[in-house]
Amino acid sequence: MKKWTNKLTGGIMVGTTALSVVIIIAIIVVMFVVIIIGGKEQISWKFLTSFPEDGMTKGGIFPAIFGTALMVLLMSVAAVPFGTITAIYLTEYAHENSFLSKCIRFAVKTLAMVPSIIFGLFGLGFFIKFVGDGMDHAFLGGHLKWGQPNILWASLTMALLTLPVVIVSVEEAIHTVPGSLREASLALGATKWQTIRKVVLPGARSGILTGTILAVSRGAGEVAPILFTGAAYYLATLPHSVSDQFMSLGYHIYIMSTQSTNVDQTLPIQFATTLVLLMLTFILNFTAVIIRARLRRTPK
Amino acid sequence: MKVASEGDATFVFEKSVEMDNEPTNFEEPKEKLIPQDKGEELTSDKKTRGLVRGTYRFTADSLKKKVRLSEFISEKVITGVAFLTITIIVLIFLFVFRETLPLFRQHSQKVTTTAQVQEQYGSDEGAGRNAGNQEVYGITKDSITSADNSRETIEPGNNEGRVIFPDKATFKGLWGKEWMPVSDKPRYGLMPLILGTFKISILAILFAAPLAILAALFSAAFSPKWLREIIKPAIELLAGFPSVVIGFFALMVMASVFQNFFGYSTRLNAFVGGIAMALAAIPIIFTMTEDVMTAVPESYKEASLALGASKWQTAFYVTLPAATPGIFAAILLGIGRIFGETMIALMATGNAALISMNPFESVRTLSATIGAEMAEVVFGDTHYSVLFLIGSLLFIFTFALNAFAEFYVKGKMVARFQGRIA
Repeated sequence: MKKWTNKLTGGIMVGTTALSVVIIIAIIVVMFVVIIIGGKEQISWKFLTSFPEDGMTKGGIFPAIFGTALMVLLMSVAAVPFGTITAIYLTEYAHENSFLSKCIRFAVKTLAMVPSIIFGLFGLGFFIKFVGDGMDHAFLGGHLKWGQPNILWASLTMALLTLPVVIVSVEEAIHTVPGSLREASLALGATKWQTIRKVVLPGARSGILTGTILAVSRGAGEVAPILFTGAAYYLATLPHSVSDQFMSLGYHIYIMSTQSTNVDQTLPIQFATTLVLLMLTFILNFTAVIIRARLRRTPK
Repeated sequence: MKVASEGDATFVFEKSVEMDNEPTNFEEPKEKLIPQDKGEELTSDKKTRGLVRGTYRFTADSLKKKVRLSEFISEKVITGVAFLTITIIVLIFLFVFRETLPLFRQHSQKVTTTAQVQEQYGSDEGAGRNAGNQEVYGITKDSITSADNSRETIEPGNNEGRVIFPDKATFKGLWGKEWMPVSDKPRYGLMPLILGTFKISILAILFAAPLAILAALFSAAFSPKWLREIIKPAIELLAGFPSVVIGFFALMVMASVFQNFFGYSTRLNAFVGGIAMALAAIPIIFTMTEDVMTAVPESYKEASLALGASKWQTAFYVTLPAATPGIFAAILLGIGRIFGETMIALMATGNAALISMNPFESVRTLSATIGAEMAEVVFGDTHYSVLFLIGSLLFIFTFALNAFAEFYVKGKMVARFQGRIA
């Protein structure tokens, strides 16, 4: 009798845990399916390559795609080298338990935790009001050029946000470079910097790639940091220089679904834009997962 | 790790010199190098070449670490860049806080300004609202011209109403129950925003935590390895969903479905927003809980199984309690994520600053307030400073949360797994 109830309770318990897994995965699937169904009608080559028309109620989303791509590119240029170097310091130079390395690790974790809107505030307070205004006064005699939202400040703000992503993946990859390779290089008379450049970094190449991909995926999806550091509601032209504002996919979705005058009329466009963004981040994440899995499988 | 520089052993050094100078003789010395013990016998040959071969002695000079410029520079540059992360944290704190400073400065000047305003009011309050307003506009002009010296980007036409009471954001005012920054008489009471943020966080965590922890338990304790390899990446996929996509889904789909199902009146409310935010928090809680549960020592589980407990009893009565501090940390990180979540809050919560405990009413969170109002605010305005103050609060809160989760909980976890605490 006791054994019977015991088994039943066990079954219920295991069933509950399994059910929660099913619920979570079902939510993910439903989100995917709903967004795909809502957006697939609208998606076409023309939609992806043309400008918005008629007050954004018709036409495509090319400027948003272009703006996102440009912003992500500038962001990677800033975030990847700095992230990689920090990871090299943490793995190769810092002593594992020194106060300094603990501080840096804590800073990286904090940076990953800071709400994205705070980065937006920081971008406004530091890059635009402090650096940008300062540059205007120093070089342009007060003529307003850098002291306003633009794609450069947005990219740099986003780079701060994605820095921890790069650091963590590069660090992980550097740890997979076998110590024997490093020792072999040193034994042959190479210096530390030569070893890092010629042995450690090539070994961690796929990790740097993964980090970049994950950072790009994160940066493409985040909206809060660029809300007031550079994203624009609507632009008739593509950004010409880094001091121009830009349109972004995420911001486009936000604007179209909350601020635009006829939300219902543009619903297909909104779904399609969401689908594009979701697919973009999904493909990027998927690629990163595959590269990572291959990295783990390679024998040490 | 100590690095051997090139000059550590004289032997290595000599050989490289020899090879560099006479590359054609490469074959010849190779044979003579092999019998290392016969150092003395070979001396005659060596002397002709001007090399002291065979005495492999480490001298104080040869063991000295050589300073190479490239090594020195690379190390310093790398260390410097690594410091950047710490610098960024400090800068974020400084610059977000710097923009709130005008608030405190105004507070100290308050005595005089309030007196003036009260004087104006005292004479006109009874005369009616219109008359009062006129007086107020009179002040506005003055305050704008005086403020104009310090800021350039002001458009007097639109913003008169906001600049009127520069002293309204006093500390007492910040505890007020009304958040009405854009009105004739702006009020910056943070109470509804703070309560709204807490309300939505509680709702979201009530939904996310049990679901994520149970799923992690299944993945760590019950599922076979092949299933685990599917479940983990699948749930982590949710972490890759941009928050604006989750927000859009909540706004367009979830809100309508829930309204039809529950039949409440406000379409966008704390409930919808809370569940949408739970979707953002689930992968964070899941991943960390799963990691902690797999880190519980095997010996614990084996001991439990050996005592005759079944698999599910081991999971619920041994693994789960052992992982408690880690799960606690995971929930804290989830709360941190929910607290700072902006886009979902902006899109799915209705954004009305109400004080109410009803989960089916609209709320306005701290982060959404920044996101919605910062774009329209006048730089240097009180409203602007108050928004930065909200940002500082959010930053300090998440920083404290992270520090607590990192040091306290992790320390406890390590102590527990090492058997120091029962």
